[in-house]
Amino acid sequence: MHANRDSAATESAMAMAVSARGLVKRFGELTAVAGIDLDVPRGMIFAILGPNGAGKTTLMRMLATLTAPDAGNATVMGHDLVAEADEVRGAIAMTGQFASLDEDLTGRENLMLLARLWGFRGVEAKRRADDLLAAFDLAHAAQKQVKDYSGGMRRRLDIAASLIVTPGVLFLDEPTTGLDPKARQDVWRMIRQLADSGVTILLTTQYLDEADQLAARIAVIDRGRKIAEGTSRELKAQTGSGSLRVALYDPSQLDEAARLLEARLGHAPQPNVEGGELSVTASSAKEANAAVADLLAAGIELSDFTMGQPSLDSVFFALTGHAAEPSGEPTP
Amino acid sequence: MTSEDTAMRALTAVARPPRPSGLSNALVFGWRAVLKFRHVPEQLFDLVMTPIMFTLLFTFVFGGALAGSSSDYLQYFLPGILVQTVVFNAVYSGMGLSTDLGKGLFDRFRSLPIWPLAPFAGLMVGDVMRHLIAGGIILTIGLILGYRPDAGIAGVLAAFLLLVAIGFGTGWIFIVLGLLIRTPTTVMTLGFSVLFPIVFASNIMVDPATMPSWLRTFVDVNPVSLMTTAMRGLMGGGATISQIGLALLAPVILTLLLAPLTLWIYTSRR
Repeated sequence: MHANRDSAATESAMAMAVSARGLVKRFGELTAVAGIDLDVPRGMIFAILGPNGAGKTTLMRMLATLTAPDAGNATVMGHDLVAEADEVRGAIAMTGQFASLDEDLTGRENLMLLARLWGFRGVEAKRRADDLLAAFDLAHAAQKQVKDYSGGMRRRLDIAASLIVTPGVLFLDEPTTGLDPKARQDVWRMIRQLADSGVTILLTTQYLDEADQLAARIAVIDRGRKIAEGTSRELKAQTGSGSLRVALYDPSQLDEAARLLEARLGHAPQPNVEGGELSVTASSAKEANAAVADLLAAGIELSDFTMGQPSLDSVFFALTGHAAEPSGEPTP
Repeated sequence: MTSEDTAMRALTAVARPPRPSGLSNALVFGWRAVLKFRHVPEQLFDLVMTPIMFTLLFTFVFGGALAGSSSDYLQYFLPGILVQTVVFNAVYSGMGLSTDLGKGLFDRFRSLPIWPLAPFAGLMVGDVMRHLIAGGIILTIGLILGYRPDAGIAGVLAAFLLLVAIGFGTGWIFIVLGLLIRTPTTVMTLGFSVLFPIVFASNIMVDPATMPSWLRTFVDVNPVSLMTTAMRGLMGGGATISQIGLALLAPVILTLLLAPLTLWIYTSRR
């Protein structure tokens, strides 16, 4: 009986790209990760979402064998994290938060260096480097030193450097932090393509929209603990209602619009930071419809309105009781 | 499907080649050190400018007063300035390591299935090249200024072997500091503030005969003095086995103590 259960547990761990139980990491007084369970199915994009200092990076460094856990255990692609660390390293690749590239070398040399470390020889290593440079739209910069690369090019090269040998799991620590919107879109596109080809991707992010856009499942982490997990839809459902967003042609009518919406829906609307927009909780589409009709009847013209599920921002607020703002705590 | 998609697909499912040996890993890191020389040749400027200034300053400004004539002084000073060059060079290697660690480059290396000491072996290859190049430049300038190694080419070759051993041993101190200290400039400041007294309170620049006896006691056992004495013997002739043995004592002890410590710090930080 017992043996059966054990082997069943092992089998389910085998089906998972990452399976962790009770991972703990302490740095002196600070408990960076306070007992996290995680199951990442193979072939999925899985996001770990949380503010700065939540323990995302530490969790990922443990799973990439860069930091040993103080308690708990995990398997990565079926290999035990501690006992089979070298096998784990053979099955993963990690792109850290800070570009892990040699700035003095050219893009091609960086990739050739890693290709040789993996065991590609001479011409093979160069071909591997050139294939990756072409795939990541960096062929034109092959001979340029990395210190002359833009932020987006660096990040692309960094991800390319993780794909010398196709990993079972690719860890991406905040893959788009500090990138401009265009570069961010490029990285997102590459992440999706990789996932389509079967690579499991575990990424951390503090951008709610990034998790929403990319990930099939999201684990929300706060102060070293997992406080929620599910699909983006499931997490949003936890706040229990929908949200109406209206954009006004004339921002000077904002106060009047807010008053009308509150009267109809019974919730105080939140003005958008840029102005001219209001978001308000609405329990049904019918009620939202009526609220929009009220605005139009009062002569308030709308440039846009949407009815949808609440943003992950409000979900995070509902789950943690504080906003998903960078807390200013150092990331250990 | 765009051509880019095709390229992306061609890139996935790339199998892992047979695992290379630890030596092969180390050689790849050595190759990295060579590439660094090609891309950042100005690093040599840092390495040789100070010793060149020292050589010129001491030979022409102080040399006459210290040894009667500039040319006599150069004969005395040159083997010592080679020791100083190599010992100071080691600081740059620690700075480089600290920089690499700060940038997350070593995270990449540590998440690869490679021999854990391979990156350090690569650093050492770079160091040895730096020592030989810097030593060669200083010796050339010495020869131009009139230095003559009485022990001939064989003596100079032996002296350079000793020089590499000295650099190798000293290098471990700064590899450990580079591993422990996250700011490269702190490694440099700390390195030089330790090295300056050790290098100056030695027999590199002057004969310790006129120093107060308490200082002379230190200078006599200062490893830098022992190294310099052996270098003078090897290049000028008359080196004894015991001089060479004493010169190698510090590098050997440093390596035996600090190489395992390096591995321990590197692996236990995980």
